[in-house]
Amino acid sequence: MTRLPQIALLSDGRRLHLQDGPIDLIIEARGRADAVRAAYEAAARRFTGLLDELCAELPELRAAAEARTSLKGVVARRMHAAVAPFAADGFITPMAAVAGSVAEEILGAMLGAARLDQAYVNNGGDIALHLGKGEHFSIGLVDRPDRDGVMRALRVDADDPVRGVATSGCHGRSFSLGIADAVTVLAATASQADAAATIIANAVDLPGHPAIVRTPANELQPDSDLGARPVTREVGELSRAEIATALESGAERARQLFDRGLIEGAVLQLSGDMVVVGPKDIERQGARPRQLENAVHA
Amino acid sequence: MSFYSAGASFRGRRRLTAIGTARNIVRIRMITAVSAGLHMVTETTSATDKIRCDACPVMCYIKPGAAGACDRYANHDGKLVRVDPHVILERTVEHGGKLVPFSRTEDWDGKIVHEPSTFVTAIGAGTTYPDYKPAPFIVSAEVDGVDMVTVVTEGIFSYCGIKVKIDTDRYLGPETATVRAQGEAVGHVTTSEYGSQMLSLGGVHHLTGGSKKEGRVTCDTLMDLANCKAVELTIDGGASVVVQAGQPPIVNGMKEERMRVGCGSATIGMFAKQWHGKVDEVVVVDDHITGVLSEHQAGKLLDIADTGIKMKGRRSTPGRYFQVADPGTGWGGTNISDPLSILGPFDKKEAKAGLTMLMVSTTGEHSSYYVLDEALKPVETEMPADLKFSVERIQENCEPALCTVLFMAGAGGSLRAGVTDNPVRLTRSVKDALTRVTSGGAPVYVWPGGGITYMVDVTQMPAGAFGYVPTPALVAPIEFTMKLSDYAALGGHMDYVKPLSEVQNGEDVRQLPWQNPIPGPRA
Repeated sequence: MTRLPQIALLSDGRRLHLQDGPIDLIIEARGRADAVRAAYEAAARRFTGLLDELCAELPELRAAAEARTSLKGVVARRMHAAVAPFAADGFITPMAAVAGSVAEEILGAMLGAARLDQAYVNNGGDIALHLGKGEHFSIGLVDRPDRDGVMRALRVDADDPVRGVATSGCHGRSFSLGIADAVTVLAATASQADAAATIIANAVDLPGHPAIVRTPANELQPDSDLGARPVTREVGELSRAEIATALESGAERARQLFDRGLIEGAVLQLSGDMVVVGPKDIERQGARPRQLENAVHA
Repeated sequence: MSFYSAGASFRGRRRLTAIGTARNIVRIRMITAVSAGLHMVTETTSATDKIRCDACPVMCYIKPGAAGACDRYANHDGKLVRVDPHVILERTVEHGGKLVPFSRTEDWDGKIVHEPSTFVTAIGAGTTYPDYKPAPFIVSAEVDGVDMVTVVTEGIFSYCGIKVKIDTDRYLGPETATVRAQGEAVGHVTTSEYGSQMLSLGGVHHLTGGSKKEGRVTCDTLMDLANCKAVELTIDGGASVVVQAGQPPIVNGMKEERMRVGCGSATIGMFAKQWHGKVDEVVVVDDHITGVLSEHQAGKLLDIADTGIKMKGRRSTPGRYFQVADPGTGWGGTNISDPLSILGPFDKKEAKAGLTMLMVSTTGEHSSYYVLDEALKPVETEMPADLKFSVERIQENCEPALCTVLFMAGAGGSLRAGVTDNPVRLTRSVKDALTRVTSGGAPVYVWPGGGITYMVDVTQMPAGAFGYVPTPALVAPIEFTMKLSDYAALGGHMDYVKPLSEVQNGEDVRQLPWQNPIPGPRA
C-alpha cells in the first residue's frame, strides 16, 4: 500500500495537521472560507509525497554543503540555498534548513491556490508566514513550555520583511553543537531562518567546558548528518559570567548574519538569560523584566 | 470548495434542499489514535541491535532505547514500536474527540474529509471519499404512512462531464475539434443535432489525464457551466462561443436569437404554399441543405415554373443542395454575407427579365428580394409586404436559441457503497425503479446498462449545487429515495437513518419550493 501522510483538521476546526514521518505541520490560514479550504487542500496535495521527494536525495542532503549543488528537488534546492551562505564558514548540511524549507514549500502551495489574509505553516517551530496587507502576527516565545504564559511576544507586521521564524537549540529533536536552550530567528524566509537558527545556536557555546556533556551524533542516531561530531546532551551548572559569554558568542554570530542581511533578528536564550539581536521593535515587545536583559548585555 | 448541497425528495410531493458550508455542520475527523498502548508496527533485526525503521522513507537506523527522527517510532528491546499514540490519545480525549482504532490497513488517502460517524447531523455537507463509509446524510420521513428514506450524498465524480447543446446553425467548428477554455483543452465538438451544435466537455481524460492546468481549468469550466454561469469557449478552427445554461449562445460576440425553423429544404416545404403566386423563386440558404423552390418537390406539386436558377454546391435531390458555401457565421450557418455568391448565372433559355426571387436564411434573420434585370442579373429591390410577412413567419416559427447544459456522471462503486453495504443492489434497485435517483432534487435520466450513469439538466438544480475537489473532480449532489423497507433489504446503513424532523431543525437548512419533476426546459 502506498504510504500516505496523516491529514486532519485539529479539533478547533480551524487548523490543519499534516504529518508524515518526521515532518509534523500545524497550519492555519485565514481568509474566505472557500479560500481557506482551497489552501488546505493545496497544502495536503503538496504534502503528499513530499517526504519521498526529500528521501530520494537524502545522501546528498546529509552531506556537507558546498557552493554548488546537484540537488534536483525544489525543496532540496531551497535547503541548499539556505545553508550555502554558511558553507564557507564551516560544516553545515542542507538538513539544517529542512524544516523551514518544507514549511515554505507548503505555504507556497497554499498561496498558489488561494488568496489568503494570513497564513502560517509551523513545522515543529520553524514557521513560514504569510501576511496580507495590514495584517500582523503575534509570535509568542515560551521559555517554560510546561507552564502557562508567554515570555515574550514578537509582532510581525505585513510591512516587516519577516516571513520566516525558526527556533533551534539543544533540546529540540535535531541535535545542536551548541548549548543554547533556544535561538529564535526572524528572517525573510523560513528556510533562511531555520539555517540561521542552527548556525547561531551552534555558536552559543563554551568549548571544552567540563559541565557540558557531548556525545558523537552518530552514536545517538546512526545515520545523523552530523556524523561523529559531538552534540550537546546535557548542560550542567554554569555561572552568570559563563552564560553571558556563551550568549555573547552566539549574539556575535547573529550580528554578523544580521549585517550580511541573512536575518532580521534573533532572540537567544540560555539558562534563563536572554539576549536580543535585531531592530528595536523586536526588543520593545514582551514583558520580561528589563534588568535581566541588561545584565546579559552588560 | 464553496458550497455543498444536498437534497431529499419524498415521493415527488415534497422537497427539501439544503445548502450550507461544511464547516458549520460537520464534525471533523480527529487524529487517528490507538486506543490501547503501544502498537507494534514492524520488526527488523540486525546484527548490531540497531534496527531500521520502515515506517517512512527516511528509513532511520534506531538504536535500542532511542527513537527515530520522527520521535514516533522507537527501538524497544530490539522491536520497532510506535510511541506517540498515548499523546495523541490524550489530546483527542481532551478535545472531546472520538477515538478511532489505529490500524495499518486503514491508511488515510490524502484527502481532508469529515468523519462520517460523527457528522450524521442536520444537512448536507460533506462528502465521503472514499465512500466506503455511510453517506453523510440519510434521512427518513413518513409520508402517508409509508416510511421513505433518502440517502443523500455528494458524489465526487472524476468520470463526469457536460453535454452542451447550443441552438445555432452557425458554424462553431469541425466535428471532433478541440474546445478550449482559457486556452486549455476541455472537450470537443461532437456530432451536431437538429438545429443545434453539440459540445462534449470534461471527462476523465481532460480532468486528470492532461496537465495540472488542463485539469484545473476543465474542473472550473464544468463547475461554472453546471452552476449556470457563463463560460467562454473557443473551438480550434472555429468560433468562440459564450455558453450559459438557459441563455442564448453568443457566437463570436453575436447573440444568437433563434433556432432555425428547419433545414433549407424543410423550410421550402413548410412555406411553399405561402410563397406560391407571390414570388417566382425562393432560395432558403442553409449550411446543411439549401432549398430551391422551383426545383423542390413542393414547388413541383404547385406547378411552379422553372426559373433557370443555377446553384453552386452539390445537388442532393431536386431542389436540395449540399455545400453551397463553407460553414460559417453568416447566412444560414454558411460563411457568406452576400447570398448571390452561391448562385451561378441564370440560364438564358429559362430565365427572363423581371423574374422575382426571395433569398432567406433558415431563421429568417437574413433575407433579400431580387428582380432580374435585362442582362438576367439579380438586382436587390425593396421586398414586397407579403414576402416580408413570410420572412417574419419564418422568424416566428423559430424557437428561441438556448444553451442547454446537461451534467452527466456515473455513480461508481464507492459512492454506492456509501449508501449500502452491497453496492450492486442499489444499482439493481434503481434499474427496477424501486429507488428513485435525483440530483439536488432534480429529476435525472439514468442510462440503461451497467452502473448508475445519469444526466441532469443543471437549470433544474438549486443554485450553487456543484463543488469540486482538487483531484480534480466535481462534487455533485445525488440522492437515492426509496421505501425504508427496501432500503433495509438492499443492505442500507440503517444505523445512520435520521428522522426528517431532525434534519429540518438544522441550522443550515434552506427550504426550496418543490418543482415539477418532469424534465424539460424551465421558463
